Amino acid sequence: MDTIFLAIVFLPLIGAMLAGLFGTAVFRYAGSAPPQIAVHEDDDDGHGHHHAYDGPRWPMMLTTGILVFVALLSWYAFFDVTAGNVYKVTVAEWVRSGKLVATWALRIDTLSAVMLVVVTTVSALVHIYSLGYMAHDPHQPRFFAYLSLFTFAMLMLVTSDNLLQMFFGWEGVGLASYLLIGFWYTRPSANAAAIKAFVVNRVGDFGFALGIFATFALFGSIEFDTLFAAAPEMAGKTVPFLSWQVDALTLICLLLFMGAMGKSAQFLLHTWLPDAMEGPTPVSALIHAATMVTAGVFLVTRMSPFYELAPLAQQAVVFIGAVTAFFAATVGLVQNDIKRVIAYSTCSQLGYMFAALGVGAYGAGMFHLFTHAYFKALLFLGAGSVIHAMSDEQDIWRMGGLFPYLKKTWAMMLIGTLALTGFPLTAGYFSKDAIIEAAFAAHTPMGTFAFWLLVIAAFFTAFYSWRLMFVVFHGKSRASRETLARVHDSPPVMLVPLYVLAAGALFAGWLFKDAFIGEKAAEFWGKAIYLAADNDVMEAMHHVPGWVKAAPFVMMVGGLALAFLFYIVAPSLPEALARAFRPVYLFLLNKWYFDELYDRIFVRPAFAIGRFLWRKVDQKTIDGLGPDGVSARVLDVSTWASRMQSGYVYHYAFAMLLGVAGLVTYLMVRGG
Amino acid sequence: MSEWPILSAIVFLPLIGALFILAIRGEDEIALRNIRWTALFTTVFTLILALILWSGFDPAAPGFQFEEKYAWFGLMSYHMGVDGLGLPFVLLTAFLMPGVIIASWHVNRRVKEYMIAFLVLETLMLGVFVSLDLVLFYIFFEGGLIPMFLIIGVWGGPRRIYATFKFFLYTLAGSVLMLIAMIAIYVHTGTTDIAEILAKPSTIPASLQYWLWLAFFASFAVKMPMWPVHTWLPDAHVEAPTAGSVVLAAILLKMGGYGFLRFSLPMFPVASEFFAPLVFVLSVIAIVYTSLVALVQEDIKKLIAYSSVAHMGYVTMGIFAMNKQGLDGAMFQMISHGLVSGALFLCVGVIYDRMHTREIAAYGGLVNRMPMYAFIFMLFTMANVGLPGTTGFIGEFLSLTGAYLANTWVALFATTGVILSAAYALWLYRNVVFGPLEKEKLKSITDMTWREAAVLLPLALLTVWFGVQPGIVTEMFNSSVNALLTQVQAGLDAAAAVQQAAVQ
Repeated sequence: MDTIFLAIVFLPLIGAMLAGLFGTAVFRYAGSAPPQIAVHEDDDDGHGHHHAYDGPRWPMMLTTGILVFVALLSWYAFFDVTAGNVYKVTVAEWVRSGKLVATWALRIDTLSAVMLVVVTTVSALVHIYSLGYMAHDPHQPRFFAYLSLFTFAMLMLVTSDNLLQMFFGWEGVGLASYLLIGFWYTRPSANAAAIKAFVVNRVGDFGFALGIFATFALFGSIEFDTLFAAAPEMAGKTVPFLSWQVDALTLICLLLFMGAMGKSAQFLLHTWLPDAMEGPTPVSALIHAATMVTAGVFLVTRMSPFYELAPLAQQAVVFIGAVTAFFAATVGLVQNDIKRVIAYSTCSQLGYMFAALGVGAYGAGMFHLFTHAYFKALLFLGAGSVIHAMSDEQDIWRMGGLFPYLKKTWAMMLIGTLALTGFPLTAGYFSKDAIIEAAFAAHTPMGTFAFWLLVIAAFFTAFYSWRLMFVVFHGKSRASRETLARVHDSPPVMLVPLYVLAAGALFAGWLFKDAFIGEKAAEFWGKAIYLAADNDVMEAMHHVPGWVKAAPFVMMVGGLALAFLFYIVAPSLPEALARAFRPVYLFLLNKWYFDELYDRIFVRPAFAIGRFLWRKVDQKTIDGLGPDGVSARVLDVSTWASRMQSGYVYHYAFAMLLGVAGLVTYLMVRGG
Repeated sequence: MSEWPILSAIVFLPLIGALFILAIRGEDEIALRNIRWTALFTTVFTLILALILWSGFDPAAPGFQFEEKYAWFGLMSYHMGVDGLGLPFVLLTAFLMPGVIIASWHVNRRVKEYMIAFLVLETLMLGVFVSLDLVLFYIFFEGGLIPMFLIIGVWGGPRRIYATFKFFLYTLAGSVLMLIAMIAIYVHTGTTDIAEILAKPSTIPASLQYWLWLAFFASFAVKMPMWPVHTWLPDAHVEAPTAGSVVLAAILLKMGGYGFLRFSLPMFPVASEFFAPLVFVLSVIAIVYTSLVALVQEDIKKLIAYSSVAHMGYVTMGIFAMNKQGLDGAMFQMISHGLVSGALFLCVGVIYDRMHTREIAAYGGLVNRMPMYAFIFMLFTMANVGLPGTTGFIGEFLSLTGAYLANTWVALFATTGVILSAAYALWLYRNVVFGPLEKEKLKSITDMTWREAAVLLPLALLTVWFGVQPGIVTEMFNSSVNALLTQVQAGLDAAAAVQQAAVQ
């Protein structure tokens, strides 16, 4: 088995390196001028249809082949691990400094195994899909290299055996995300979005890093086995942090959660995710829907032995999760870019997952992560098909009536929508409803607060999802005649991954519900998830009142009905509503003005302070009082300079020799 | 004790090479070629010797190895030796110099003097890290600045005189104070032999330690450089030729950190502990302040120079955390910064040689024409940002861990550096490399040559290799750092005992 795990994790890296270094132009033009074509590409709009790709095909085939192979291995490993096996493969030592030791190791338990199949399956499908989607892109080897690099980093993250390797994967996926968001590097908006994603993630990583320091300071170790074994003794212990005594585990959990908030785009650190849609759509499906953004959920679940002992931190997780679910859903209601609607939906669904983790229903959170990966990737790739068909149009108000042209894509999007809104027996039905029930079953004020927000968010979810379907596929078409003439369903290489994901969106819930959240859950998760002795939420969630069970369904139907009314029956209604409640509409359209707010309070002040420190403090004050001031008094620099080009070198040498001479003389006099 | 004086050989080989070059007559092509190749061979041989030194070095032994000692003027001596704190810097210097020479291949003004200056500089730099006598150390430490002044003053940019002057003024102030402090050490201990002084816990009375610590601090803080005596560095970098910047950033800045580890901590433990909060404050200011300043720079080299100051802030913070992780982190950060900042300045040199401007606004879209350059520059940008898997991460992480154990406030503020560094480094990269290629002048720019790649690729490999396997480096200084910590603790205990006795 060890070899299998090594293959799963490291084959994508090998693929990425081969494709990235030797499949691309990196070493091709050393010392010579690249062909001039690159220069005249003034409209490199990504997957434009105008310039064909004539480079080597092997990088794409190699990386895709590797990922398909790795995905198959992962499923094999999944069934082996969930049968009750736990593995640990030590690869090499990484950091050793006194007591601080971190190894490169693969830790495979049920939790990692679930992530392995999610990551490799979606990644393999996205690789295949991209063969079609990126077929015309001149830089496709680089694209596939990045995709594989991302997969490697994500696998390192989910198989890590200590906090430091997790941080490696954590920042590694951040790098891949940065590179892929900015993949079309000639677009200023893509570059800005890439930097924003990296920097905002770094804000989260700031917390993560401090969390690692705090963990090491408390436990003297950062390896999971040691930490989890020692965690119970640390419950209730306080440590000094800044100028206060605080509860140790609460501190660590909150700091780590800050990292999770960054990576998983939770409320306050969510601003980068919608902008990340600048990347090619397959990237959005893989990184910004199915895998990377769920890393935060994984982190909290992995650290469940800590969170279970830090109730205050759990409350914070519930609060942020529920608020995110609600907030992102409200913004999703009015967005007009097809990808941004789905991006806010992702943000909102991640909030659901955190809410589940916070009330102690880790199984439910992970279950939703698992099912969400399929139906959200499906929605994104479906949206990609639409965008592809529409010659890169993303505004839903320039679509409409596409159903007759894109029947297969429509069917796939429909399945994704049903699953997302929780239509009975689809994947989302089992996982999302479980979260809502768990929040209710927690019977805490925070749990109840979350329950209501999540129920309302479910209504919004249904509304914005169906709004998207209706506006894009139904009604009268608002696209130009030329565009419509070219609209056609995608080639099989793009459709087959959609079919596979659709199967997941339909059946993953029903097939795995017993294992993840049902009777077999305890056995399925084994020791991968720790539940405190008094945590019975996983049991209690199955015994909630009937109206609680019915609430999500009612919301789903209500959202569908309202969307139907607004966009099919009376299309003039939403506009009238937007006009009547203009401030509310603008507030939502502008995403609660977070970007503007952050720009005012962080970005602009940082630059202003930087400029002030440079011009006023460095140049005026320090230099003015220091070297410039001195020189002004002693000699005018310019006359000195013109007199002897580097005269003071001799002065310096002389002064130094004088010093040495003085010292030596002194020594001789003293010594002699 | 080795049979042959390998340390002297390493230190003085470049000087011998310089003498050879001095003997080469003529200004024609052949003479210039001979000069360049002599310089290159000399530095390569020095590197080979340094590697031999490494292979013979016993990392488990904390003390000085390969010692050479000859009496000079009675009391002072020619004493050399290397321990785990000095060896990494010897290797770093020897490793970088061939690259520096190759990167200077196209220099065509006063080639002879140029190569001589660099070789003499190499001798003086190597000497600093192996000297075990105060006077000898002082000569190497201060002497190294003279070739550097010349390199900036003769082969530098338009404002080179101003830059050299600033550099001179700062260092002069520091070095005078250090000299006085050295005399005081001699007066107190009766010897100038560093190994002898370090052989037992520091006995210098606390009251004197404060003054001596401050005097050394004046010199080392300028070298690092620490805020607020950092303003010479951006100017020096901007005006220095590429190779000069590389040496300055990669090696000369490390002398301050090395000085703290060699003198301040073991000789003045009480003062080090007393002044640690001061160093913390200055380090944190350096990290936050210079990162913010880096954010608004318009000149590529200035941006990297300010980023250097920020990164050296982690070093001083780690050193004065005075614990294992802090010291390990500081040592590693210095080596890492040597590789990464050196490489970054080389990267700037690549495009400067083509366009003759360092203005960020003059670039944009280079990736369209220079894929290899874009790749290499990205790698070093990420190392500069401290991405795990590169050397930059290990140093930052360990020194921050050390700082957290010492003082959580310091760690909190210093960790904001990871956000700011990402902001300025990626901003620079975007403006230089990404974007559409619109500027007329850039449309015919060519990708890196194999000669340029030959300098940068080894650095890139080490940056990743040491990032994944830092043990290769940490093993070198592990036992020396442990010994240093024991020494500091012993010094503190001794001082406490003295105080106890005084009270009773």
